[in-house]
Amino acid sequence: MALKTGPVTEQLELFGCIQCGKCTGGCPVARKTALNIRSLIYHMLVEPEMKLDKHPELWDCTCCFTCVERCPKDVRPADLIIELRGQLVEGGRIPETIGAALMGVFRQGNPTGMAREDRAAWADGTEIKAAQEGCEVLYFVGCSPAYDLRVQAVARALVRAFQAAGLDFGTLGTDESCCGNEVRRMGEVGLFEMLAEENAEQFRSVGAKQLVATSPHCFNTFKNEYGLDDADQNPIEVLHYTQLIAKLIEQGRLKFSKEVNKTVTYHDPCFLGKQNHIFDEPRAILDAIPGVKLVEMDRSRERSLCCEGGGGRMWAEGTNLEERLAFQRVQEAAETGAEILAVACPFCLLTLEDAVKVQGLDEQLQVMDIMELVDLAL
Amino acid sequence: MIPVTIDGQHIEVEEGTTILEAAQRLGIHIPTLCHHPALEPYGACRLCTVEIRTPPSPSDAGSGGTSGGRSRLVTSCNYPIRWEIEVQTASEKVLKGRKLLAELLLARCPNVPKVQELATSLGVTEVRFEPHDELCYLCGLCVRVCKELIGQSAISFVGRGVDREVGTPFLKFSDDCIACGACAFVCPTGAIKLEDITDKKPRPLLSEFDMGIAKRGNIYIPFPQAVPKIPVIDREHCLHYTLGRCGTCEYYCEANAIDYDQEDELIDVDVNAIIVATGFDMIDPHIKPEYGYGVYPEVMTGIEFERLSSASGPTMGEILVNGKKPKDVVFIKCVGSRDPHTGVPYCSRICCMYTAKHAHLVRDKFPDARITVFYMDVRAFGKGYEEFYDRVKHERVIYRRGEPSEIYRDSKRGGKLVVLAEDTMLGKPIEVEADLVVLATAVVPRTDTPGVAELLGIECSPDGFFQEAHSKLRPVDTSIDGVFIAGCCQGPKDIPDTVAQAKAAASSALGLLVRADKADRNPSADGTRPQDAADGRHDADKAPSEWRHPADKQHPADKQHPIEVGGGK
Repeated sequence: MALKTGPVTEQLELFGCIQCGKCTGGCPVARKTALNIRSLIYHMLVEPEMKLDKHPELWDCTCCFTCVERCPKDVRPADLIIELRGQLVEGGRIPETIGAALMGVFRQGNPTGMAREDRAAWADGTEIKAAQEGCEVLYFVGCSPAYDLRVQAVARALVRAFQAAGLDFGTLGTDESCCGNEVRRMGEVGLFEMLAEENAEQFRSVGAKQLVATSPHCFNTFKNEYGLDDADQNPIEVLHYTQLIAKLIEQGRLKFSKEVNKTVTYHDPCFLGKQNHIFDEPRAILDAIPGVKLVEMDRSRERSLCCEGGGGRMWAEGTNLEERLAFQRVQEAAETGAEILAVACPFCLLTLEDAVKVQGLDEQLQVMDIMELVDLAL
Repeated sequence: MIPVTIDGQHIEVEEGTTILEAAQRLGIHIPTLCHHPALEPYGACRLCTVEIRTPPSPSDAGSGGTSGGRSRLVTSCNYPIRWEIEVQTASEKVLKGRKLLAELLLARCPNVPKVQELATSLGVTEVRFEPHDELCYLCGLCVRVCKELIGQSAISFVGRGVDREVGTPFLKFSDDCIACGACAFVCPTGAIKLEDITDKKPRPLLSEFDMGIAKRGNIYIPFPQAVPKIPVIDREHCLHYTLGRCGTCEYYCEANAIDYDQEDELIDVDVNAIIVATGFDMIDPHIKPEYGYGVYPEVMTGIEFERLSSASGPTMGEILVNGKKPKDVVFIKCVGSRDPHTGVPYCSRICCMYTAKHAHLVRDKFPDARITVFYMDVRAFGKGYEEFYDRVKHERVIYRRGEPSEIYRDSKRGGKLVVLAEDTMLGKPIEVEADLVVLATAVVPRTDTPGVAELLGIECSPDGFFQEAHSKLRPVDTSIDGVFIAGCCQGPKDIPDTVAQAKAAASSALGLLVRADKADRNPSADGTRPQDAADGRHDADKAPSEWRHPADKQHPADKQHPIEVGGGK
């Protein structure tokens, strides 16, 4: 499948690239696979065609956006990957598992393809208001927290904290659909636009002032790609849960009654940290939990190492199965002496928890979402 | 004035002068451990004990005298002279007592150099008492400094008799201690350690000129070439200004130069021309968090490296990183430059060459070091610059094309820093170990540039530097006649360009001064007043016939120099 480079190069304004290599130098997967985004951009600039079939590494990108963050010339290298994936999607040349995930979103509103009717099953036994009845804060649960048995615990912990703080919140229940963040990054722009339109309409119809998401991935697309802050049609403030919980603690609405005497290190998720610069709130929450001793990994904040769960990688293994970044990451966490590796992202929770088991660290290191720690201290 | 005789020497002193002070004026040494000139006399160590007697008064001469003659031992540090006395600082009686004291001190503190010196000087070698191993000999300097100078009284003597020691109330940390460190500073034996007194961390004052790699005092000369080269007091941190206490410097300054009431002076100067040469700032490298500046001590800026490697710098040019000589040295160019994100879309122009110089310096000091320079482009555009770049490359400095993306510490490499980059020539990501990373940070406008621009009515260009009147034809003029710019306040430039601009600005200003001078001497000749002459372009052709060299001292107009200094003093 040969792509004419000219139109894409124009559309993405790749001409400003000075080939400094800062994108590839910082790319976490470039160190282990053939992916070289700087070289791809150069190819786009100087060659008339690109044979996309020759680049299976295009599916290695985790869309951590380190390249976009660090590019001195505003070239947005990762956007080229997303665009090239889009070309592959249009041509139907995509890994089977990616196709299945997209189909799942299209049919059931979630990439696992599980039944839409079961989307609220995680909340059985909790009393959560239907957002449609009207609420101040709309809680967007997200696909993984709704369906994944491990991540459901995070959603339930979050609900307990909201209730403890007396927050007026509701969820969309089975009406909630995938946010489309990963869909867009897998290159399926049409499906993303459909989801964005329907979701935004639904959010506005609820009349909530704030929208809070469990996952930094949902949060990212709501905040940066949905246009929910549009002042012309009652703007909705988009928050990640760490922002809201940190605020509730600061305001004294969320109080802790128990101690969690653990040494904790925190892994910055790319979609929360690098892409949205939310570094302090998660740490503020951990600091506020009585008994928690927070230690930092060497690579933290802007230099956090990607867990390799983003950009559709939850549904595609990529070209190098052996050297997972998550393996490296949990080793780094273990080196700090922490007993708990805290995360604030469902994907990080899953990838790092798997890595802890594979690396044989499960007796010394436990991966927990920040909300689970908060829940222990309530 | 009262006449005193000390060891046979005569001196007249004001009433109330202590014997110790009088002796010091005569150059007579009296040993002491507890005396400090900035503190009240204390009389604790008794080492300064001397023998005094009142001389027989003339009226007593015939009667054999009862008032004079009888001697007694007093501590010289706190004995004020009120009438005529005779002092013996080293009489047999005095020395006997002093030796006993030295012996007792030596028994208590056998390993304290100051006590050892004292004992040796008095010929005490053997100790008849049970030896201890104390550092503190209870001179009380720390306690008194804290009370008298700092005014905090955070420490005091606690316990009685043999248990007497210096400590905090109830031997617990208290808020009263401000961690100023005066107690530890004044302690002659090292017995006082700040961490025993408080859990507060002292904040060292870092030398601005040495880019924070050296400390400085509260009173300091800003930098070796400072004009005027006189010390200044850091009012923000000086205890006298912040707490109204201390005042030790005033006590010590023999020239009486310390004047705490001195105020800033505003000086009005009438001028015909102004040359703005306010210079530049360097960008804060924290703007690139991926390089770990401020996280890793091995990562420093070019200007910090400049101070570190300077023979006149705080380390005398010795380059040590974490106490070790670096083996792997990495230079990163264009840190913040050529990057619209950081507000620096331009090239900083000087980094390519100073980085080459720094690499050369490292090679000079460490012939075996592995030196890597990461670059995006090498811009060696000046006269002799390309040749210097060639020379540095021949010195086994490896230039690798690629802007590093991240620095982290790798425990698997023995805790060394690793620089992540793509070698774009190889087309592959690389990891380069480093003991020292030098960031060539961007040149940026000084933060006060907008304020100076507003003050003078001149403009700034979009990059934030001062705007020249014409980018090609009037590079040192501004939109205001009579105001000229020179150097990096106009934009990043190297030393030759700066000097060229400075000379251009100076000669432009000089032209104005000459014309103004001519108009002052002969106002009716062409009706030109100095203000008119400020517009330097239209009458430039009139000047030559009247031009004189400014160094021509014979010219009568020297008495009316166009620059008048008024106001102030």
